[in-house]
Amino acid sequence: MTFFQADGLAINFGGIRALDGVSFEVDAGQVFTIIGPNGAGKTTIFNLVSRIYDPTAGRLIFCGEDVTRVPPHEIARRGIARTFQNIELFEHATVLQNVLLGRHAHKRSYFAEELLFLPRVRALEIEHREAAEKVIDFLDLQPYRESLIINLPYGVRKVVEMARALCAEPKLLLLDEPSSGLSVEETEDMAFWIQDIRNLLGITVLMVEHDMSLVSAVSDRVLALNYGRSIAMGTAREVQDHPDVIKAYLGG
Amino acid sequence: MRFIFKTSYVQDLALFRDRAQRNWYVALFIALLALPRLLPEYLGDISLVFIYALCGMALMVLVGYTGLVSLGHSAFLGIGAYAHVYFTQDLGMPWLAAVALAATVTAAAGVLVGLPALRMTGVYLTIATLAFALIIQEVLTRWDRVTGGLRGKPVQKAVVFGLSVGNEAGFYFLCLGFLIGCLWLTCNLLRSPTGRAWVAIRDSEVAAQSMGVNLAVYKTIAFAYSAGLMGVAGALFAHKIGFLAPDIFSVLLSIQFLLMVAVGGLGSLHGAVFGAVFVALLPVVISQARDAVPVWAGQVFGVFGKDAGRAVFSVVDRFVKQPGLEPGIFGLILVLFILFEPLGVYGRWMKLRLYFSTFPLYKRATFKRQRAYMRSERLR
Amino acid sequence: MRGGGGAALEIILQLVLNGLAVGCIYGLVALGFVLIYKATELVNFAQGDLMMLGAFTCYMLIVWYGFGYWTAFTLAVVAVALFGAVLDAAVLRRVLGQPQFAVVMLTIGLGATFRSFASITWGSEIYTLPTPFSARATMVGGVSVSHEYVAIIVGTFLLCAVLYVFFTHTKIGVAMQAASQNQLAAYYMGIPVKRMFSLIWAISAGVAAIAGVLLAPVSLIDTNLGFIGLKAFAAAVLGGFGSIPGAVVGGLTIGLIELYAGAYLPQGFKDVAAYVVLLVVLAVRPQGMFGTVGRKKV
Repeated sequence: MTFFQADGLAINFGGIRALDGVSFEVDAGQVFTIIGPNGAGKTTIFNLVSRIYDPTAGRLIFCGEDVTRVPPHEIARRGIARTFQNIELFEHATVLQNVLLGRHAHKRSYFAEELLFLPRVRALEIEHREAAEKVIDFLDLQPYRESLIINLPYGVRKVVEMARALCAEPKLLLLDEPSSGLSVEETEDMAFWIQDIRNLLGITVLMVEHDMSLVSAVSDRVLALNYGRSIAMGTAREVQDHPDVIKAYLGG
Repeated sequence: MRFIFKTSYVQDLALFRDRAQRNWYVALFIALLALPRLLPEYLGDISLVFIYALCGMALMVLVGYTGLVSLGHSAFLGIGAYAHVYFTQDLGMPWLAAVALAATVTAAAGVLVGLPALRMTGVYLTIATLAFALIIQEVLTRWDRVTGGLRGKPVQKAVVFGLSVGNEAGFYFLCLGFLIGCLWLTCNLLRSPTGRAWVAIRDSEVAAQSMGVNLAVYKTIAFAYSAGLMGVAGALFAHKIGFLAPDIFSVLLSIQFLLMVAVGGLGSLHGAVFGAVFVALLPVVISQARDAVPVWAGQVFGVFGKDAGRAVFSVVDRFVKQPGLEPGIFGLILVLFILFEPLGVYGRWMKLRLYFSTFPLYKRATFKRQRAYMRSERLR
Repeated sequence: MRGGGGAALEIILQLVLNGLAVGCIYGLVALGFVLIYKATELVNFAQGDLMMLGAFTCYMLIVWYGFGYWTAFTLAVVAVALFGAVLDAAVLRRVLGQPQFAVVMLTIGLGATFRSFASITWGSEIYTLPTPFSARATMVGGVSVSHEYVAIIVGTFLLCAVLYVFFTHTKIGVAMQAASQNQLAAYYMGIPVKRMFSLIWAISAGVAAIAGVLLAPVSLIDTNLGFIGLKAFAAAVLGGFGSIPGAVVGGLTIGLIELYAGAYLPQGFKDVAAYVVLLVVLAVRPQGMFGTVGRKKV
């Protein structure tokens, strides 16, 4: 059973065909990267997988189940979490509150119980907090726990986004341009974290990225897109040497 | 500067930050219990403050925490009030059951408003709630059999478990009890996953959805809970004013509630209470000022001679006694708060506390607003 | 067959004319909403009260100071337009960038202040505005057509034509759209954003004033004139909040719907018809007849 499969994905925005029959497979425990020039449709694939958009054609199959028409709030419960290209954090809340929201997919308390804050709810809250703290430790966010997002630098915010997504305990993690806006050291840290996510946490990572050094360092397989179509798929080395990819994207 | 040393997760879950804060609230509670003895002539006004605080809390949950601005809450208050009076007086139900049922009916109305609201964003939702409020006001006027229409409906004194709560002190404690109870329930919700989901919806719907928050369900719950609280407030409000008429529950009342929330400070229950105190006591202050200001102006200008003083007195007096002045003052205060103190009274209170706790190291630019540019909310 | 049939036809025509005229007023106020919304994404809950100020100013110029109708009309419109620009520069500019809730509250507060100011300056009674069209009618094909209604309809269409030319054949229209979608980028492009916004507020306030003066002979002037603004919301939403022609079409539709509600439905439905339409449109087709739905790019 393939872990994750996209089959013939296509979507139109008005007259523009943003994606035109894109297919790929991701095996469990891999880091799968999608590269391509701006406007190629990379983030559109993410938006389709996290069900913000509906495809005009094609299917998405995750762990043997067809998730093409699943409502957007269901996808987290099924085990897919994502980060956003333009950070979508809750600006006036603390890092801890943001990260705790990632636990929402694992909410097991009912409204009536929460209204009275029964001991069961209290116990569940402590569980959530412990899970969140594990993620905070993993990503070294302890000094920022009580800081408001609005006061944090860009690099830290990206890490908080990742922390929030990790709290959902996903099987598949979607990272949208994790290194954009980061300095060289921060990108190195990001590379190590992605590897740790794959090796230590056993989470499969599907990534959109522009930084080719990061791509070569962590990816197991790479897919190159251009104008909504896939032009090359293989290992990082294979794709980087592919003539179509060089012409469309890498230059030189 | 105080430092709070946290040793367990339970501390973050608790209602009070530390012992000191809890003790302050206990002291406040004792003061409120003793109030009937200390200030018996103001009990009626303070009961109204409690009822308004309930309303402010209801609206704060929807506006401050979930980000759904509603101009229709006067309609919910009206539904709760009329429903309660109908259940107790026309149907003879026991008092508490009637309140519970009125709250349920109002919550159901909240769901009805919430359902189409699921498809609307931002200002469209506000306009829709405005339309709802106007329609409900018309319904209350036309549905004679239940509401008494334009003739109005007199409200008898509350009778709880056979005891008549007719006197002011009894009603005062009833309102206080309900306020504390509802505050507790709301705080519970706000520290649970539901409260976090609400804040997530306010700040980024897309992110909330991808973290598993079912927008439709949580928005509806927010509407229902907010309306339910208004229903409870409506029941108490009916007993307080003693006589129901449809034109009480007008859009102007909704605006007063929004004023409460804006002036009090968005996003905190303290803000709701501060705002309620402000809005409930403002008419009292205005009417006192109406008598005092002309006299004072006359005395100041009396320095220039008796005639000048008397002339100034009569001019100012005529100006101040105008009937259309009060809504203008409300409007002006609202405008001034939005312009100069967007965090509301609670925000100002927090700033003051920060000033005193960091004295003398307080930096004036701590709260200076960054230059903000407008980004289109249409493409949300 | 003349006589009975003719009288019935006359009544129907009068009603239709009345409905269209009132619809034009809704359309004008809705136009004001939409202009401001398109440019600045603010919804001006005080639009109806600006209309009221326009009507009162015109009344004051005619009755207190003895100006002629057309002079007073022009002066009132100019005065209110200037007031709108000043309002933008002094008050609204400070809240750009704050969340929508704050701006909504601000305009609501401003509306209340205007009402209060009006009742202090001009008193809280009801006044009539003397105009060259008041209580005059001509016979058209055997039917008596009231001048007031015709004036409203003609005035509205003239105004719309002028605005259409202004927005499609000048750079300002495009510049306004840019400024509304991304203010910072508009600044970078050299668009004088602040002056643009003041201009659009001036235009919108002027349109409201025109609506107020046109409406005055039909509905009488008092401080609550602005509540018509609430029904104009329904018109703006029905037409599509970002669409200028939509506002006018929406207004006319609401006017006619109210007409039929008043004629065929029981008492009280006429007053709420506009709001019911509003809720239905928002629930079923939020973008109205001509608007577009946008999505945030994530």
